[in-house]
Amino acid sequence: MILVINICKEELHYFEFVQPIENVLIEGKERYFVKHYKELSKKDLEKIDKVIICGTSLQDNQFIEDVDKFSWIKNFDKPILGICGGMQIIGLLFGGKLKRKTEIGYEFENMKKEFLGLKKDERYELYHLHNNYVEFCKDFENFTTNKVRQAVKHKEKEIYGVLFHPEVRSCEIISEFIKK
Amino acid sequence: MKLGCLVSGGKDSWYASYLAKQSGNEIVCLITIDSENPESYMFHTPSIDKVAKQAEVSGIPLVIVKTKGEKEKELKDLEGAIKKAIKDYGIEGVVTGAVGSVYQASRVQKITNKLGIECFNPLWQKNQEELLKELLRNKFKVVLVGVFGYPLDDKWVGREIDKNFLKDIKLLNEKYKISVAGEGGEFETFVLDCPMFKRGLKIADKKIDRLDNDYSYKMEIVLK
Repeated sequence: MILVINICKEELHYFEFVQPIENVLIEGKERYFVKHYKELSKKDLEKIDKVIICGTSLQDNQFIEDVDKFSWIKNFDKPILGICGGMQIIGLLFGGKLKRKTEIGYEFENMKKEFLGLKKDERYELYHLHNNYVEFCKDFENFTTNKVRQAVKHKEKEIYGVLFHPEVRSCEIISEFIKK
Repeated sequence: MKLGCLVSGGKDSWYASYLAKQSGNEIVCLITIDSENPESYMFHTPSIDKVAKQAEVSGIPLVIVKTKGEKEKELKDLEGAIKKAIKDYGIEGVVTGAVGSVYQASRVQKITNKLGIECFNPLWQKNQEELLKELLRNKFKVVLVGVFGYPLDDKWVGREIDKNFLKDIKLLNEKYKISVAGEGGEFETFVLDCPMFKRGLKIADKKIDRLDNDYSYKMEIVLK
């Protein structure tokens, strides 16, 4: 069972940031449920195998103010994939620093190592939509050549983060995370 | 939240507006860009002059801005229209009917981000067959007002999107890979009625013009 966490402040953003991820899971015939982070319970976390934390809009920073509501992640031992805002949450919880950089639209990223189906030394055009990023602590490995960390993994835990939106152009990242 | 909806007259912009209203937002104005350039990458041009009629039957004020449709200049014109909607109607966000076009969506995102307001794309990455089914379930009356490529010919112009249309377009999708929702620019639509309208529109008169080949037609309509 996969838990998909909605971090959007505005209900209408569900269609843009959560539903496309649900579509990938439906296509893969995965069992999942969606919960907003404000409604998450201990029981929810007990019955799941994996977590995907979705992104949100450029103007929505509520989740950063509420980052403490995600403190359970630090002691969680199941795989997590954070997308955009979800990646920022992971970074902040593990001692990273929030930085400002706006990227909107397609950007090319070069892979240093294989990452959830993206091949080493390949160049990928990926969809970006963010005003912020996180400078991660040393517990996380960086998988792209970009100074702004675009794809990371915790060195010991199955915690992944991507700053771009794989649900737009690189759905295989989500499928690969689910398969792992 | 007070929202302004970018509308072109077609199914996507009106369905996105409908979802925005259903989510509890207040649609305080519609925003339309009337481009003189039929090849504009940003804005759909067919039937745009009929949007005023849609605005009238929906009871929602319309902000209409003309543009020559020159590539970057039209983005300035869009920004001007959104600024006008902020000033006149106090919008806190913009709704678009973008489904898959990163070109269109990212340009609107850049403008709204610069202006410090929200951008909503409720049809983003939506399955196209599902989109058509939802239109039918929600009683949208939508007709094709233009077709722009093989194998769509003049017989498709004026067709209503109904169960038969869905069946026929799916066959063309299987055979020719054309988008069932016209996302690749294969056809343009116009909404005659939807839950946002106080009364439906009717076509009083129509004229179908052949454009540059046998698979490119446009329908001019007179509404009542």
